[in-house]
Amino acid sequence: MSDKASADILNRRRFLSIAGLAGAGAAMSSLPAVAEGAKPDPLITEVQDWERYLGDGVDKRPYGMPSKFEKNVIRRDVSWLTASPESSVNFTPLHALDGIITPSGLCFERHHGGVAEINPDDHRLMINGLVERPLVFTMDDIRRMPRVNKIHFLECAANSGMEWRGAQLNGCQFTHGMVHNVMYTGVRLRTLLDEAGLKPNVKWLMLEGADSAGMNRSLPIEKALDDVLIAFAMNGEALRPEQGYPLRAVIPGWEGNLWVKWLRRIEAGDKPWATREETSKYTDLLADGRSRKHTFIMDAKSVVTNPSPQAPLKYKGRNVLSGFAWSGRGTVKRVDVTIDGGRNWQTARIDGPVLDKSLVRFYVDLDWDGREMMIQSRAMDSTGYVQPTKAELRKVRGVNSIYHNNGIQTWLVHKSGETENVEIA
Amino acid sequence: MSRLPKLLVLAALGGLSLTAFSLPASAQQAASSSATAHPKKLGLGRVALPEEIKAWDTDVRPDGLGLPVGKGTVKEGDALFQERCASCHGEFGEGAGRWPVLAGGQGSLKADRPDKTIGSFWPDLSTVFDYIRRAMPFGNAQSLTDDEAYALTAYLLSLNDIVKDENFELNNKNFTSIKMPNASAFYDDDREVAEKQFWEKDPCMKDCRDAPKVVGRAMAIDVTPDSKEGPKVE
Repeated sequence: MSDKASADILNRRRFLSIAGLAGAGAAMSSLPAVAEGAKPDPLITEVQDWERYLGDGVDKRPYGMPSKFEKNVIRRDVSWLTASPESSVNFTPLHALDGIITPSGLCFERHHGGVAEINPDDHRLMINGLVERPLVFTMDDIRRMPRVNKIHFLECAANSGMEWRGAQLNGCQFTHGMVHNVMYTGVRLRTLLDEAGLKPNVKWLMLEGADSAGMNRSLPIEKALDDVLIAFAMNGEALRPEQGYPLRAVIPGWEGNLWVKWLRRIEAGDKPWATREETSKYTDLLADGRSRKHTFIMDAKSVVTNPSPQAPLKYKGRNVLSGFAWSGRGTVKRVDVTIDGGRNWQTARIDGPVLDKSLVRFYVDLDWDGREMMIQSRAMDSTGYVQPTKAELRKVRGVNSIYHNNGIQTWLVHKSGETENVEIA
Repeated sequence: MSRLPKLLVLAALGGLSLTAFSLPASAQQAASSSATAHPKKLGLGRVALPEEIKAWDTDVRPDGLGLPVGKGTVKEGDALFQERCASCHGEFGEGAGRWPVLAGGQGSLKADRPDKTIGSFWPDLSTVFDYIRRAMPFGNAQSLTDDEAYALTAYLLSLNDIVKDENFELNNKNFTSIKMPNASAFYDDDREVAEKQFWEKDPCMKDCRDAPKVVGRAMAIDVTPDSKEGPKVE
């Protein structure tokens, strides 16, 4: 770099910093004046306990937990949804999260026969069916294979399913919380299949869990060989029991039900099995009485998490509007946000990693003048698919398909800042 | 601890020494090469024994693949059902409380509130047999014999008017001759065709619609758990 060029850059930097200062000055002058007779804040003027006394030592928390002031940031369930808590679901507190990684202890749960508690030394993975050599692996065997790390969202096919007929649950935790996004460590399914040697006529695999539901699903071989992982870790540590410890399937972009937990067996075959979870369940009944099956992919979807019914607006003026977007078909290309119920849209700012079949985080830095708002977000993915409205979806599918509701969500923000789940027309 | 035959241990060790001398990169290649390209094996795992496969591989396919030899009548199934199943599913499969309904609802799939049961909705009988043997009774899975599973499946066929005779015997020979009422009403995911309008080049950004009106409110239904307070954490 020439001396002149670097001098130019220095000059420009100086100019920018001066401009920045000017901006700061302007902002300072717009701060509210100190009110007449204002009292100093005792939290500042008086010495607080935590400033005076010793806190806990490093030996108090061998496995750390969140602050007690975050005690409401927890998974919640909706008891009337299911007949038993062992075959049920709870919800990730999306309204209280930021970034894109879901803390392991907050990842929503969906079980069909409760949480299987398995000593990893006692766990076995079998591969059988149309293979050259049926095999049994221990966890140690799997830990000796080449590893991969991938960040992916897992969304339950029934996420937002209670909203097909209209606005029903008041909070994005309940309307959209059957989703989480973590980093998985594991091995490619392909690595395991190569060990067994697939016969040429293999078209489908069946994945089966070791839990009391014997959860099983058919998986097309093309997907299995493409990007499916068999994972033993999430967010850097072993899978949580409720997420399939010690071993689970990771099927990027596809409905959560296929991500078999406590994975004990993979069978190779030439046809799908028509298991209960792909016939009675996870089939989508349409208005003409016929049903779609094998609707594996989770389409592009988004939700504004702040403001939302559990996270109302507290201030006029500066606010951060934020949310998640995701697509099972690829990456999120763009997220648009409206505050007038879809009349006008602006493109939000995506910040943080934009990864294949992963959540992205979007923001709109918003000046709110206190008017009523109808907030929506609309995701577009790398295939050009644009998240539809609920009305558009209902036109194609009716209201009884249960699964795959990726329709645009509306939050009505009242002048008080209180926010509620509404349907608009 | 290990009950491996000696031969297998040797084979596994052979595999280990092979991979130990190869570079990590080649292991990566082996992992990512196509299944048809005869990748080098890592030599991990051991051969599954026939008894082990038999213990775990109990699934049954619609074409009958996997059906065990066995039999059971509607009458036998009725007795078993009252003893093992009716407390949740009701005497006639009508469902007790909020537990699943197993019978009825035929012809209701186009209704505003469809009733999806084995008889009205399920496409394949194999699923009934397989799921009962795999996961029922709820809380005591894998406790039924093959003959009991045949008998219960037969009883469910009679509850759904698919067979009429209480002496009907379902067995591994006649199993695939049973046709389910809703068998032909399923088709593969067609979203890329049926919903191709959702792929838009330039979605509207300005003056897209008239002023919207609120037509439904979750708060009016009021079924959300109280979200102001989490449960007590001691």
